[in-house]
Amino acid sequence: MTILIDEKTRIIVQGFTGKIGTFHAQEMIDYGSNVVGGVTPGKGGQTHLGLPVFNTVKEAVQQAGAEASIVFVPPAFAADSIMEAADAGIRYCVAITDGIPTQDMMTVKNFLRRFPKEERMMLTGPNCAGTISPGRSMLGIMPGHIYVRGNVGVVGRSGTLGYEAADQMRALGIGISTSVGIGGDPIIGSSHLDVLEKLEQDPETKVALMIGEIGGPMEVDAGIFFKENMTKPLVAYIAGLTAPEGRRMGHAGAIISSAGESAAEKVALLKELGVIISPTPSLMGQTVAQVLAKM
Amino acid sequence: MNIHEYQAKEILSEYGVKIAEGGIAYSVEEAVQRAREIEGDVWVVKAQIHSGARGKAGGIKVCKTHAEVQAAAEELLGKVLVTHQSGAAGKLCSRVYIEAGTKIEKEIYLSFLIDRSTERVIMVGSAQGGMEIETLAQTQPEAIIKIYIEPAVGLQDFQARKMAFALGLDSSLLNHAVKTIKGCYRALRDLDANILEINPLVVTANNEIIALDAKMAFDENALYRRHKIAELRDNSQVDPREVAAAEVGLSYVGLDGDIGCMINGAGLAMATMDMIKLAGGEPANFLDVGGGASAERTEKAFRLVLADKNVKAMLVNIFAGINRCDWIAEGVVQAVKNIGMQVPLVVRLSGTNVEEGRKIIADSGMKIITADTLAEAAEKVVAARNQVVAQKG
Repeated sequence: MTILIDEKTRIIVQGFTGKIGTFHAQEMIDYGSNVVGGVTPGKGGQTHLGLPVFNTVKEAVQQAGAEASIVFVPPAFAADSIMEAADAGIRYCVAITDGIPTQDMMTVKNFLRRFPKEERMMLTGPNCAGTISPGRSMLGIMPGHIYVRGNVGVVGRSGTLGYEAADQMRALGIGISTSVGIGGDPIIGSSHLDVLEKLEQDPETKVALMIGEIGGPMEVDAGIFFKENMTKPLVAYIAGLTAPEGRRMGHAGAIISSAGESAAEKVALLKELGVIISPTPSLMGQTVAQVLAKM
Repeated sequence: MNIHEYQAKEILSEYGVKIAEGGIAYSVEEAVQRAREIEGDVWVVKAQIHSGARGKAGGIKVCKTHAEVQAAAEELLGKVLVTHQSGAAGKLCSRVYIEAGTKIEKEIYLSFLIDRSTERVIMVGSAQGGMEIETLAQTQPEAIIKIYIEPAVGLQDFQARKMAFALGLDSSLLNHAVKTIKGCYRALRDLDANILEINPLVVTANNEIIALDAKMAFDENALYRRHKIAELRDNSQVDPREVAAAEVGLSYVGLDGDIGCMINGAGLAMATMDMIKLAGGEPANFLDVGGGASAERTEKAFRLVLADKNVKAMLVNIFAGINRCDWIAEGVVQAVKNIGMQVPLVVRLSGTNVEEGRKIIADSGMKIITADTLAEAAEKVVAARNQVVAQKG
């Protein structure tokens, strides 16, 4: 799908020369992603993995035509790196970093909101596995080989549960147009809804699969968007259907969470909205297969 | 990370929020000494545990004499208090806070927290303090006032005044109320707290506003830059299994069933729990090994899972991304060898290098039950657990 990434998308790696950045940059290059360089402040002018290192994202945009970035910068500095990417004119940024302070993400989101919508960088993550358009480009840390190219668009919070879905579909001969991990942190760049909006526009995507979790209104918001705006069928699995009442950390949190918070409530609401529910995590692939068979 | 009431009060006091005179005591003698230091003729002895609803559980005692303070401290210190928020295991009380009694005219509720959906700090208030806010949210949602705070500019005076008026505070208290509300907000923002809750915030007979209780929880991810807050950690208030796991960089969730689980990723953990329950079993725990699982790490994870004596069967469910199934398999074999496992083990590996991983398990000659899919793994571990239970009669 060309809406987020394809084989031509010019990618830079932020935190390029670090151990984790190096490892995954090489994996992405091996997969066929068009990595054009990386950014490590202070190491500009060097060459790493045969590619140029830049001091700033702006230089990478100007000199290497960078359009997308992936962030492996340590948690204390990651918010700054994301904002630098947005400021430099990067179009799409995936933040892999796990452990960014919540208030830093509040600042990032506030910074992004200041751009007019058409100029605003799309951010997915942090604390996610990234985005892959199988056979074209991988902007993430997933095992690329379990993804087959096809026409199911996937969005989910969890990395490994996304792999599980991809693997089930592959076993049934079903491929994926694009799979997007949105991350598990309290404040994230894009919601399920934001990604569904992209999948709806993508001509290669015929069916969307949403892998949700208990807690928060995000899945139901996506369901409402689906009912009002989507022409493509939406399949969903909500993890934690059998979870016990969450242990309360502080009880003020409960006020925000009025209706539609538990997995069972979410599933009931989604069904009402016309979303097709995969009753168990082992049936995600089969549920998608049934929907595809009817099309 | 949660902290104790007295610690939250000390912090709030630095931010200009008034608190009653008080002191912390680790022993009965100290408790009486604190009471002697505090003027007045009424003292409140409060159990310091990381849980709300202490009053109903007998954790807060109003005393009229030093002898009563002594008796209260004797009763509370060393006691495990079970409140309806603490979980069945309860929390050990190893310190008590002795506070001057307050004559209350009016009780209100005030809290600040980070709202995920608007990505802003939200200030929540209610004129009906002392009540549990969840109950109030259900019975009288209109009695709850919510004010959203723009992150770039912070809490403005007019918003604090709006809250003060909505809480029904007298005009004579306006300046004091604004100072209190803004102090709370600054404490939350400056110190990377996720939640700050004062229930109740009271107006005293002397027409002062005092935080009678205080609860703060902090963002674990920000503790690297909040050293003073990090020092307030009290591991005696946390499940010891979670503490042991955190020490080796793993995450542990304890549950009430008897199937021990080692998985990678929170989403996969929840999905695995769903599958186990659908197969008729109950998980005892979840140990998340995360991204890089070396053989040593895997063995540590096994030991943590099996440390729960309720575990009657164990499931390993790993979807290897950055991990490699062969690394995990080697770790599993080594762990089984070194630990001398007494319970049946089901292993399901998927993802990177899965064939190599399965071969290592098969060639090990050990009694390891293997499964290819999530559903099969759940069914097999529940069957193995049922067999164990049947054999024991």
